[in-house]
Amino acid sequence: MTDNKSNLQRVLEAGHFSVSAEIGPPMSANADFVRKSARALLGYVDAANVTDNQTAIARMSSIAASYLALQEGVEPIVQMTCRDRNRLAIQSDLLGAYALGLRNLLCLSGDHQTFGNHPESKNVYDIDSIQLVRAMKRMKEEGVFINGKPSKQPAKFFLGAAAHPFADPPELQMIRLHKKVDAGAEFLQTQSIYDIERFSEWMEEVRKAGLHKRAYILAGVLVNKSLKSLEMTSMVAGIKVPEHLIERMRKTSDQQEEGLSIALELINGIRRIEGVAGIHIMAVGWESIVPTLIERAGLLPRPDMPGTEAVSSEEAIREGGKKDA
Amino acid sequence: MIVAEQKPVKEIIESLEGFRRILIASCGTCVTVCMAGGEKEAVELKSLLDIWNKETGTENDINVVVPKRQCDVEFLDEIAVEAENADVILSMACGAGVQFMAERFPAKVVLPALNTKFMGVTRDVGLWTEMCQGCGNCILEKTGGVCPVTRCSKSNFNGPCGGSSGGKCEIDGNVDCGWQLIYDRLKALGRLDRLYEITDVRDWRTSRDGGPRKVEKKDMMV
Repeated sequence: MTDNKSNLQRVLEAGHFSVSAEIGPPMSANADFVRKSARALLGYVDAANVTDNQTAIARMSSIAASYLALQEGVEPIVQMTCRDRNRLAIQSDLLGAYALGLRNLLCLSGDHQTFGNHPESKNVYDIDSIQLVRAMKRMKEEGVFINGKPSKQPAKFFLGAAAHPFADPPELQMIRLHKKVDAGAEFLQTQSIYDIERFSEWMEEVRKAGLHKRAYILAGVLVNKSLKSLEMTSMVAGIKVPEHLIERMRKTSDQQEEGLSIALELINGIRRIEGVAGIHIMAVGWESIVPTLIERAGLLPRPDMPGTEAVSSEEAIREGGKKDA
Repeated sequence: MIVAEQKPVKEIIESLEGFRRILIASCGTCVTVCMAGGEKEAVELKSLLDIWNKETGTENDINVVVPKRQCDVEFLDEIAVEAENADVILSMACGAGVQFMAERFPAKVVLPALNTKFMGVTRDVGLWTEMCQGCGNCILEKTGGVCPVTRCSKSNFNGPCGGSSGGKCEIDGNVDCGWQLIYDRLKALGRLDRLYEITDVRDWRTSRDGGPRKVEKKDMMV
């Protein structure tokens, strides 16, 4: 291996339209669950997000599950929220993640804990997601911790952040996007897109600001299995589902097929928009459909990037052990 | 002001079980304004406890004192006689007042009658809202006079999360998004450009995270 670039970074740098999906760790210590989820995506995605206590529900850690996915040959995108850890814990966990061979990092605020299954808990928010991105950029480029002290072998993640084309207030969300890129975000995964017209307008603003040239925009698509799922999705803050899509789901005799058709149309629509570098597929509760969706969207085969498959965790650990910590 | 609300009467009654001479102490400042622990509330609480005692045949003796405030020892000195004659003091001050009362009268059991909530303002008749967490390093000059530490549910320093929708916070449709408020203010003031600058990580030592805090005004100390 010549450098530490992740497969996702190589795919994007080579100009390929990237495909990523998600692995949701279980509410248990079941490693096989993660391995199976990863194996189902093998060959279909360039990388997969491994969520960090998604919707504030306590689950197997993103880093541990990412490591399991990596062992199955699927490149993980570690998620790190600012909700559960202070700067000590975040940096320590991320050094550990990098030592285990994990190379992509998505920095998030995290859903507020009142949504989850431990609403009684304290939250942390010692630093926010933009400060986290900047901290990990400094660690990568300057080799320092948040306190400015050096690390002899710092973590050098391919850095990502979330983008919210439909959250409010739009003007401020766009300023925030600028800040994320300024902070060092190299890729931006958007919240689920249902309204292509509005997303196109948002992308126009992104292009005007030149942000698509400074960070890869990976558009989020959520595939819904049922009318109920689509209706629930439409109630999430920051997601706007046009009424005509809900109407389509209501009228159809085959909701699964309709859900799949809608996702396919969205992917095709999104691919035509200038400046979108990839697609990120979410399938909350319908993970089994993801390979089919990717295949039917004509996104196969995934590019084979020489040099990245060697990022085995064993090798990373050996490399880490060579030098003084 | 410090905003508080009275504990459920049932909880107060339970905490008083076994005590005969009860002294209720109101506080004349913040908790009077937010109608939780002022003289009026103290008298009302005494009436409720008297009714309870009558109905249950409990024998005890309840007195009310109304110190100006409980966070300055001179006002606690003024109720020393009543305090010494009581078995228990039910403080209707904020947590600071309860603790200071306990310090002043170490031989007495001091019980809280309120739950202390936050530093806030009177938003409407009967409505108080949180405005300040006392983080010890005010940045309101940067955020249009709206505090992101307190009024953003995630204390974000660099703008709203993706959960801001129609001016409201994702945690509750009745909670304003703090960053929407900051945005509205700065836009109206023509100062939105200030928000492009990334606010760096905070030094939380000025907040409670640095341990219990104190303020010293050297020129006042003799």
